[in-house]
Amino acid sequence: MPTSMPLQAYLVLAAVLFAIGLFGVVTRRNTIGILLGIELMLNSVNINLVAFARFAGDTAGLVFTVFTISITVAEVALGLALVILIFRVRRTAVADHLDLLQG
Amino acid sequence: MTADPGTLAALALLLPAASFLLLAVAFPLRRSGRAAGLVSVLCSAGALAAALGAWARQTPEGMTRIVYEWIPQEAGSLATVGVLADADSTIMLVLVALVSFLVQVYSLGYLDAEPRPALGRYYTYQSLFAFSMMGVVLAPGFLQLFIFWELVGLCSYLLIGYWYERPEAARAAVKAFWITKAGDVGLLIGIVLLWYRAGTFDFLEIYDLVRAGQLSVAGLGLVTFCLYLGAMGKSAQFPLHVWLPDAMEGPTPVSALIHAATMVTAGVYLLRRTIWLFALTPDVLQLIGWIGAFTALLAAVLACVQSDIKRVLAYSTVSQLGYMMTAMGAGFAAAGFLHLLTHGVFKALLFLGAGAVIHAVGSNDIYHMGGLRRAMPQTHIVFVVGTLSLAGIPLFGGFYSKEEILGAVWSGGLVWPFWMLVLAAFLTAFYMFRVVFIAFWGERHAGGHGAAHGHEGGHLHDAPAVMSVPLWILAALSVGIGIYFVRHHGEPEFTAPGWLTPLAVGVAVGGIVLAWLTYQARVVSADDLARAFAPIRRAALARFWLDDFFEGLYRGVLLGLSRLAGWVDRYLVDGLVNVFSAWTLTWGDRLRRIQSGLPQDYVYGLAVGLLLLLIWVQWPR
Repeated sequence: MPTSMPLQAYLVLAAVLFAIGLFGVVTRRNTIGILLGIELMLNSVNINLVAFARFAGDTAGLVFTVFTISITVAEVALGLALVILIFRVRRTAVADHLDLLQG
Repeated sequence: MTADPGTLAALALLLPAASFLLLAVAFPLRRSGRAAGLVSVLCSAGALAAALGAWARQTPEGMTRIVYEWIPQEAGSLATVGVLADADSTIMLVLVALVSFLVQVYSLGYLDAEPRPALGRYYTYQSLFAFSMMGVVLAPGFLQLFIFWELVGLCSYLLIGYWYERPEAARAAVKAFWITKAGDVGLLIGIVLLWYRAGTFDFLEIYDLVRAGQLSVAGLGLVTFCLYLGAMGKSAQFPLHVWLPDAMEGPTPVSALIHAATMVTAGVYLLRRTIWLFALTPDVLQLIGWIGAFTALLAAVLACVQSDIKRVLAYSTVSQLGYMMTAMGAGFAAAGFLHLLTHGVFKALLFLGAGAVIHAVGSNDIYHMGGLRRAMPQTHIVFVVGTLSLAGIPLFGGFYSKEEILGAVWSGGLVWPFWMLVLAAFLTAFYMFRVVFIAFWGERHAGGHGAAHGHEGGHLHDAPAVMSVPLWILAALSVGIGIYFVRHHGEPEFTAPGWLTPLAVGVAVGGIVLAWLTYQARVVSADDLARAFAPIRRAALARFWLDDFFEGLYRGVLLGLSRLAGWVDRYLVDGLVNVFSAWTLTWGDRLRRIQSGLPQDYVYGLAVGLLLLLIWVQWPR
């Protein structure tokens, strides 16, 4: 064990990161900002996975993390493409203007 | 080939059914008119031959049953369908097949000018009627009887409304259907009540129960009364007789077949079939006798003031049905049944004769006729034969059956109904000879056959052979039955008093003489007669206000109920639904507003919800 930091420290880091990401998603006006928030939340999950894998001595969690990162890349690409398309159609990328689903 | 009566009767039943199905399905054949008529006539000729064969092979005591199980249940079956051939049903079958055949032949001439599709439709209905009526006659149980009973009612409706473009005909058809239906509801209730008590619909099984004394008499009166209601509607007994005169809006051959000879006698036939059941409830029988006699007298009075030849005959039919019912009520069903048979023959003859006159003159009104004796000698002879038979003159068929009925009613102890029937017999002779003297004798009325009636120059002539031959056959039968009874006077069920025959002949001759004095010799003034009986005459012209009464009943009760139901539906039922729908709309509108359409709001809601869930799960308890 290279360090004596307990598991809880990693989990608190992940929780803080998740909360920051969620805050970004809920409050940012710009859709790209929202995407960044989502990335933060995903990475907090990755930290959780890696930490549990390390402390349980099971490498499966590490492998899954690699998968998650690669899928995240695809998700970001898709999300950015959506944002660009929305901008082309609506001439805006501000989330408050995208309220077509209003009841 | 030897066949038992049951098989032949079944054949007679199925031939018109085959004809009906063929005409109903093969519409090019139906639309061809005359060819459809020929198919129907051929099938009814076959049915007549089969019916005659069944009758000839039938012994007085014999009985053939061809029945099939229907509606299977765990123990046996609910009902039987098939054919029950015995002495009564085979002779009735012959009557139905004979009149049906003759009427169909006659119609080829009578409805010659009809458009071809309409003629095909007419013959389709005729075939269906022949099938249905034979089904009633041959039914082995109440359930089959009821089904065919309704079918003949349907045919009656369809054929009365044959000229459905005419509003009167359409209205008369609906009226006939509704009023007979009112009686049929009673019949259905009676059948179900009887089934509840006896556990079967089958005539023979119920008969065995009755003979073994296993059918409890208590409360049976309600059952027989309900059954009688059905007979009352079909056989036009007071007060449900009002449909029959209006049914004359149909073509005359239809009136002859359905509304004189066969369908209207179904009620009498039902009583004949089940008289052993009615015998258990003497009160109901007494009621039947009284209503029958009252109907006979009332209708005879009504017939005296009519100037429409078909309506005279229609009221006469009601009156004669009253005779038959009175005989049933006296407990002597055979006498009533005999009158049913002879009446079927001579009344069909009278109607077809009247049809020949109407066909030639182009009007139903007897005052538009007159002097037809010279213009239409053949029709005159057969009509007088029918009239003499109806009036009850010896040597003619109607005399013997009417005398049987009078004797039966006297022996049955119904004294007042007896005298009502005697008075009705007097009136019968009077109103029938009134028609004969006005329409066939007397002077030709100048305005009668003018251009208005489509006979320029008034060259009236007898009907063509296709119409006159059936008339002659029926006339020969009317006389033949009379002569048969002279030679084979069977042992009656009762002993009639010796003064009965002179009385019966006396009132008939008296009626004829009065009619002659009034309308031919003009010794008695018709106006004086009208004045002498002014109140009765006025009442009769208003049909004793019965139609008004029914109409008022309909308007007051039925329409009133409908309005009430409409109000309840509109304001109570609909109101409740409207309240619910308004409530749903309001709350839907309120809930709508929390849908902002902004994704971030949804994410926020999701996060808060998840947080609350986590808190709830982790909450120490």
